[in-house]
Amino acid sequence: MAGRLATVGLRITHAIPVILGVVVVSFVLTRALPGDPAVYFAGAAADEESIAQIRTALGLDKPLPEQFLIYAKDVLTGDLGQSISTGQPVLQDLANRLPASLELTLTALLLSCSIAIPLGVLAATRPGSAVDHLCRVLVTAGVSLPTFFTGVVLIYVFYYLLGIAPAPLGRLDFIYLDPDHVTGFYLIDAALAGDLETWLGALKQLVLPATTLALFTLAPLARMTRAAMLGALSSDYIRTARAAGLTEDKVLFTYAFRNALLPVITTLGMVFSFTLGANVLVEKVFAWPGIGSYAVEALVVSDYAAVQGFVLAMALLFVALNLVIDLTYTLIDPRIGFETR
Amino acid sequence: MSLLSITDLKVSFQTRRGEVQAVRGVSLELKKGEILGVVGESGSGKSVTSYALMRLLESNGRITGGALTYDGMDLRSVKESTMRDLRGREISMVFQNPRAALNPIRKVGQQIEDVLRRHAKATRSTAKAEAIKALEAVRINDAEARYNAYPFELSGGMCQRIVIALALACDPRLLIADEPTTGLDITTQKAVMELIADLIAERGMSAMVITHDLGLAAQYCDRIVVMKDGGIVEEGAPGQMFAAPRHAYTRKLVDATPREGTCVRALLPAEQRTPEPDLPKSDTPLLEVRNLTKTYRGKSGPVHAVKGISFTVNKGESVGLVGESGCGKSTTSSILVRLSDPTEGEILFNGEDLALTPAAGFARDPRRAAIQMVFQDATDSFNPRHTARHSISEPLARLTNLSRLDLKARVEELADLVGLPRPLLERFPHQLSGGQKARVGIARAIAVDPQFLILDEPTAALDVSIQALVLNLLVDLRAKLGISYLFVSHDLHVVRLLCDHVIVMKDGEIVEQGPTSKVMETPAHPYTRQLLAAAPKPPVLATSAAE
Repeated sequence: MAGRLATVGLRITHAIPVILGVVVVSFVLTRALPGDPAVYFAGAAADEESIAQIRTALGLDKPLPEQFLIYAKDVLTGDLGQSISTGQPVLQDLANRLPASLELTLTALLLSCSIAIPLGVLAATRPGSAVDHLCRVLVTAGVSLPTFFTGVVLIYVFYYLLGIAPAPLGRLDFIYLDPDHVTGFYLIDAALAGDLETWLGALKQLVLPATTLALFTLAPLARMTRAAMLGALSSDYIRTARAAGLTEDKVLFTYAFRNALLPVITTLGMVFSFTLGANVLVEKVFAWPGIGSYAVEALVVSDYAAVQGFVLAMALLFVALNLVIDLTYTLIDPRIGFETR
Repeated sequence: MSLLSITDLKVSFQTRRGEVQAVRGVSLELKKGEILGVVGESGSGKSVTSYALMRLLESNGRITGGALTYDGMDLRSVKESTMRDLRGREISMVFQNPRAALNPIRKVGQQIEDVLRRHAKATRSTAKAEAIKALEAVRINDAEARYNAYPFELSGGMCQRIVIALALACDPRLLIADEPTTGLDITTQKAVMELIADLIAERGMSAMVITHDLGLAAQYCDRIVVMKDGGIVEEGAPGQMFAAPRHAYTRKLVDATPREGTCVRALLPAEQRTPEPDLPKSDTPLLEVRNLTKTYRGKSGPVHAVKGISFTVNKGESVGLVGESGCGKSTTSSILVRLSDPTEGEILFNGEDLALTPAAGFARDPRRAAIQMVFQDATDSFNPRHTARHSISEPLARLTNLSRLDLKARVEELADLVGLPRPLLERFPHQLSGGQKARVGIARAIAVDPQFLILDEPTAALDVSIQALVLNLLVDLRAKLGISYLFVSHDLHVVRLLCDHVIVMKDGEIVEQGPTSKVMETPAHPYTRQLLAAAPKPPVLATSAAE
């Protein structure tokens, strides 16, 4: 146990230079972007003088190194600055919007895992069968259809034609009140408040965007599960288990599946990272007030503080995610903890 | 009354090139308490027969004919669920490559528990105690601690004991051991075989031992069947079979098995034997190794892989380097071939110290061509996307200035020299057989006219009849080209045939060295004696000994 704690500590220390690098790079890159926030902020009718005034007010007239030091000091004290487009502190914006994105992404991944993994396992146990072909078709369709297209088709069919889905207008229909902010996840907050109606309302809003994302993430997960299961099932220890007369369930789940899980978890981590970044399109299509659309809007107007805050938040999230994946790995595979010691 | 009877068994596999018959009408009987050896080279169908009997064939394989009767039960027609009850409880299997045969991420004790509980030999509360008992039965020290071990924490021999414990946990009446000792060190091999033999005798079990090693089969089996191309060619008691093999193929196998009191030419079938070549001998040292030391930094302090060894290889001489895994022989050969640097010591080659040139820069050293190596695994040591011609010409292209035409001619000359038919030069490694790949590996190593060749178990993965051919080729090449060999091996019989001088290593030190006959006949060190005692002893063929 002490060894495991030391491993966690070591991994966290490894993350520090990464985060420092992210702070520097995000600062430099946002400054390198074309466009001047002062011009944007001053509005169309502004003259040279008012722009200069605003520039001084924003601190953009100072030399870059000095700006960086101010920024770094603020970050250390937990102040990510003020977004010029929303007028809110960036930290608060992120706190509002990150849970929305996470709720969408996690639900989508949960959905996609619950389909992809059983599908992959079934396809691997019956190669060449109907299930295997279904798996292949789904996987190909999943990767080849872009999310904005799937999203629009789903809206067209389920909202416009069938009318069973609510209007794609954000996380909750306006007839409901937002649940009290506890975690920021509407499903959890509504459940905590015991408000079944709001919970159902939030769920209804979530179904279509989550399905859209799930279809997209299904492909890598199902493929990897199938390949890993095929590999595990053809290995020597499965032959030993079969020769010892173990039941097919035991062979499949305790022996093959647990071994196949390792690459699947790696893939899951990768899929999670790129979904979180790539769900901008889905957020746009469904008017989802998530972090992706926030970042894009901030980028368009050179909202330095917001972009930097977003990049930093993502970096921290990825570091945490990788840590979780590494730890899951050591839980499943005894060989890994041994190597890092 | 026989426990198992196989009548006219036929098995075929569906492949891309159509149906392939792997077993063509095999019939055999196994009596209660008998140990039957099934001997044959790769592709003879010996393993397939046993998998068919367990109904564990790959999905593209199926039994196309014949009958399988175990204890009055027709194994071909029983339900799969009945078959599953039989596996592990009535008929068990032990496999080759024990480390891979165990689930890598499950405690070995739990794996034994799985079997015990499956066959209702233990309940949840007694499983652990029963599993520990099963571990104790295969004489594992400190079984309670080993219960919690994972396969990667155990040695190969220990893993094989676990596999045996797993197979015998439910007291089956029939044990099928498929190459149970291949890939293990000879002392471990002996311990494992003796353990199996003892347990079988103790429990009155029957066993089928599948092996390519005639010597091993002769030593431990009551009766032997010899298989070739999916059929049985001969059957009999081991002594009689060795003394007077009736079938030509058996005779060829017996001849090809390296053993005491034979010479390298005698391994070949009688009609292929040519006179022994005159081997060059000289007293001029080519390679002098002085106080060679290699220390690695390990997780728990430094690891002393090689602890100051010294020896000499004379011009034209063949020296055998013998020892078990972990003794430092691979480290030594990789230092000598200048792929890694020693921590200390001198490597005098023609009087110049090679250790002064770091391994990283040795590829550009003019002396690079003089020292070459033939690698153990003929498959993995080739680029799978290069043809044989490309592989052989690579060192020539890098180390010599031959023109394209000369290069082509030289590669063909080399192919002739190692007995590789020229058309095969255009093939890729996966299109070549094991013996052909070994020849390509040798051709590549001798392409640049080395003076010193390191051979790292060049025949370990080959069938005996192919091994016989390759060993003879090596002897011929030495006679023709005057190359000195360092022959790294764990097979004492092969070393005896090929080497003038033997070095025995243990734990990074040389425990004994001297002329082959002296070390083999009158070993001075207890470890050498132990190694010699562990080597399987095939009965000497009466007629060939007389020749």
